[in-house]
Formats: sequence, C-alpha cells, structure tokens
Amino acid sequence: MTITKRQLLQLARIPEVLVFSTIQPVMFVLLFRFVFGGSISTGQPGGYVQLLMPGIFVQTVAFTLAATAVGLAEDMKKGLIDRFRSLPISRGAVVIGRTFGDALLNILVLTVMASAGYAVGWRPTSGGFSIFLAFLFLFMFGYALSWIGIYVGLAVKEARTVQSVGFLVTFPLTFLSNAFAPTTGMPRALQYFAEWNPVSSMVAACRQLFGLKNEFGATASSWPSQHPLETSLIYMVLLMVIFIPLSIRKYKNTSL
Amino acid sequence: MKSVIADHLVKTYRNGEVKALDDLSLDVEEGTVLGVLGPNGAGKTTTVRILATLLKPDSGIATVAGIDVIKHPDKVRELIGLSGQYAAVDETLTGWDNLVMFGRLYHLGKSASVKRAEELLERFSLTDSARRPIKTYSGGMRRRLDLAASLIVQPKVLFLDEPTTGLDPRGRQEMWEVIQELVKGGVTLLLTTQYLEEADQLADEIAVIDHGKVIARGTSDALKKQVGGERLEITVENVDIAKTQEIVARISTSAIHTDIRTISAPVTTGSIALMEALRALDEAKIHPLDIALKRPSLDDVFLSLTGHVAEETVAEPIKKKRGGKK
Repeated sequence: MTITKRQLLQLARIPEVLVFSTIQPVMFVLLFRFVFGGSISTGQPGGYVQLLMPGIFVQTVAFTLAATAVGLAEDMKKGLIDRFRSLPISRGAVVIGRTFGDALLNILVLTVMASAGYAVGWRPTSGGFSIFLAFLFLFMFGYALSWIGIYVGLAVKEARTVQSVGFLVTFPLTFLSNAFAPTTGMPRALQYFAEWNPVSSMVAACRQLFGLKNEFGATASSWPSQHPLETSLIYMVLLMVIFIPLSIRKYKNTSL
Repeated sequence: MKSVIADHLVKTYRNGEVKALDDLSLDVEEGTVLGVLGPNGAGKTTTVRILATLLKPDSGIATVAGIDVIKHPDKVRELIGLSGQYAAVDETLTGWDNLVMFGRLYHLGKSASVKRAEELLERFSLTDSARRPIKTYSGGMRRRLDLAASLIVQPKVLFLDEPTTGLDPRGRQEMWEVIQELVKGGVTLLLTTQYLEEADQLADEIAVIDHGKVIARGTSDALKKQVGGERLEITVENVDIAKTQEIVARISTSAIHTDIRTISAPVTTGSIALMEALRALDEAKIHPLDIALKRPSLDDVFLSLTGHVAEETVAEPIKKKRGGKK
C-alpha cells in the first residue's frame, strides 16, 4: 500500500504529469470527434461521438500497459527496485502496489475523459448501473494490462525502449479493432484479427453497456462479436491469471 | 564474532563468459569496518549484491549475522541496510516523503515513521531541505539521504557500495564524517570503494580485490608495510643538493635517490631519522623547501600487488555485465 501511496504522492508533487496524462486522452476525444466525426456516418442517433467514446476509453486504458512498464523500468534503472528488494517486505508488494497506483490514476483519467466527451455531445443512453458497469470493465481492463506492463518493464529494463515496446503493442491493438472505424472496411485477414482482438470486445462491450446497438463489431457474426461482455471478461481473467503470477515470478528472479 | 562471511563465492554472467567473482572469500568482524578496495569491474558491487540478498551466487556460501543469505534472505533483510552507488531514492518526492515511505515499508507505524524520518533528517543535516524534492538536492545531499534511508531500522550490518563515487571533495568529506559517526555507533560496515584514500580513512581492515579475487587483506598499515617502509624526502634549493645528499647518506644506510631537487632514501627509524635530518640541515644552514617522512600510499600497495595501478581493469570484449555497474 505504501508503494501505491508513493505513486499518488508522486503525482501530487509533480502535477504536470497528471495534467499531461489527462490532456492527451482529452485531445484524442476532440481530434477524433471533430476530424472523423464529420465524415463517418453511423446511422446511430447522436452521431459518431457515441461510437467514438467507448473506443477512446478503451484505447486510453490500454496505454496503462506502457505507463506501468515505463514507471517500473525507471525505478529499476535508478536502483530504487534494488533498494525495495533489500527491504523485509513481501516480494509481490512492490509490483502490486504499482498496478494499484496506475489503476487509481486511470479512474481519474476516465472521469476527465467522460466529462470531455459529455462536453462534445456524448450521451450514454443506458441506465446508471450499466454505465457504472462499463467503467468497471474499463478499469479492470486497464488493471489487467498493467500486469503485462509489469512483465514488459521487467523484461526490457530500459525506460525508453520500454516506451517504444509499449506503443508497438498498444497502437496496432487499438487501431486494428472496431474502436475508431468499422472493421468491415479492412482486408479479410485483418477483420478476423480485429474480431478476436480483446480491444474490440472491450469496445463492443462498452458500447453495449452505454446503450448502443453494436454496429461496428458484428461483421462476421463471430462469437466474440456476438458476446462482447463475456469475451471481454474471459480476456481480462485470462490476462490476469497468466500475467500476475508470471510478472511476480519475474520480479523475484530479476536482477539488474 | 564474524558478522559477515563470504565463503568461496563464484558468480559468472552470460553463461560463464564473464567471471565476476572468482572464488572470493572475505569476512567482517562484528563492529568493525571492512573496506573492499578495487578498480571498476573487480567484483565489488557483485559481492555487495550477493551479501544484500539481491543476487544469487553460482556457488559458495554467504552469511550475515550468522544467517545464510541464500537460504533465509527474508531474515537477512531485516538486519541489513544497503546504500548503493546511485542514490536509490524517489527523485520526485521530497526527502521527508522518501524517509517516511521507507519507514512505512519497514512496517513502522505512521507516527513512528515520521518520528524516525525527522530524526534522520536532523542527524544528516537535511532538515532545511526536507520539504524539497530530491531532484533539487546536491550529489552529497542525495547520498546522505540515501544513507539515511538505509538506517531507518538501525541495521546490524550496513553495506555501502561506493558511497562517495562521483561526489566532489567537499561532498566526500561530509560523507566521510557521517560514516565515521556511524561507525562510532557500533555498526558493522562493509564498504566498497575505488579510492585508496577512502579505505585508508574509514576502514579498520582492507581487502584488496581484483578480477573477482581477494589479492591482499590486512590493516592499512600492514598493507603498506608489505610494500616497504618509510622514506625520508627532502626538497632543497639547487645549491644545497650536494650537502643534503651527504646528510641523508649519514642517516640512511640504503641507496639515495635524487630526483631534480628532491633527495629521498629509505629509513628505518621513522621520526627519529626525520629529526636527525632536521638538526643536521639546520646546522648546515640549509632551509629545505619541503621535508617529509613518506609512507607508501595505497596506490603503491595496489601497484606492487597487481602490477598495475588501480584503474579500471581493461574490459574483456563482453565485460558489460548486467550485475555490475548500472
């Protein structure tokens, strides 16, 4: 818990980081809303922004992966992790603390984004509980990815490389999905990829929970596009089941 | 009682291509300071990392306060403090934040952590800058804070890995004072350094290591004796050289060496020889520019032990090892 608190304290001491980590997603909201919004017709009431917001939410939490990885790599480089490892604390505590810290930051970022979305016309039409559930999904998805971030951070070690690796993983994943444009326009092979892409299921799940008819995803009536909620849940559980023990083990065995 | 024992430690990196520790053995008597002296890449950091439970040796045994480091790392961690070459504190947080955080990580309660943090800040003269982020600290202040962080639960054994590397002379002096203060408090200390002077100043005993092996150990004095005794060195004006040589020849039985205006010769009677020389010079109305009884420096020790001066060992092609210098 102390590790989590440290991260929050870090944010308090350098508010710039907080400002910029929220400005970026807000910028995405505005850019996509006004650049693509005009040219993509959706047939949904409320226009493109309704489809866009879930996409951007998912993209933003997906970047948690890179954030966690970079943070951890920096700590390792500075020798902070060595110091933590020489303390009589449980070996999991340091990484668990970091994932919590990043998750808490996500709550804040999501709140800011939702407000920005609201300001540019985003209006979820489902009930309060569904909306809450959607945010819970986003939060959990970010948390699960955070654990991949831990693994990447420990494996790569160099903060700048980690940054690139993080983006190399998250960028194609978020764009080869239904997040910003219908998958129907993609080459056939990519369509399959996009359908099974966890990002797509997450986006579809969120759209459903925000009260949209899910148009973008269901192109080939595959199981994931038919059952986005279940698929997303399976993905999240799967990621955590694999990466939590893997990352903790990696942390225990790692030596700089 | 031995507080720290490293027994035949071997550690290789890159599947045996780079031998960091090659059958290294050393020990530290409780309540004393052992200076581990060696050039970069000699295996100092690797030794500290093994003893501080951060690294497993390929073979060999290490104990701290009688506890096996490899079998019971958790117990060892409760007894040790570690401060590395790089100040391992959170730079974005303030000094106060850092110390309180480490207190909490040592399972101290909130108020106990705060109390301890304030004590340590006071003791290391950091109270004035306690509320500033570490980023704004000078190198010396960072090191002091780092050291403070390793003292939160008064460790039985303290490991300091090159505590003054990269500090300016003033920062180094301050750090030495802080360390000397600590040693008076009775902590067992293993200190690594590349500075011969530092080991001389701080350590009760010195282990010289090179290429992953201890090549000599003993007190600073013993090591120096091993290299040779004292020399009398007198520097005079050109006109006085011949006379001075005569005087020195009377005092020293061995060969006299003259280097421009400096006449030197080995002596066996120490300060008595020095006083004799002074009296003789005074009688001859010679005013020496400089006169001294020189003991061999640790640089000389290193040179005579290894055949090379204490500089970075020439790296093998893939010496860039992961466990060594970060």
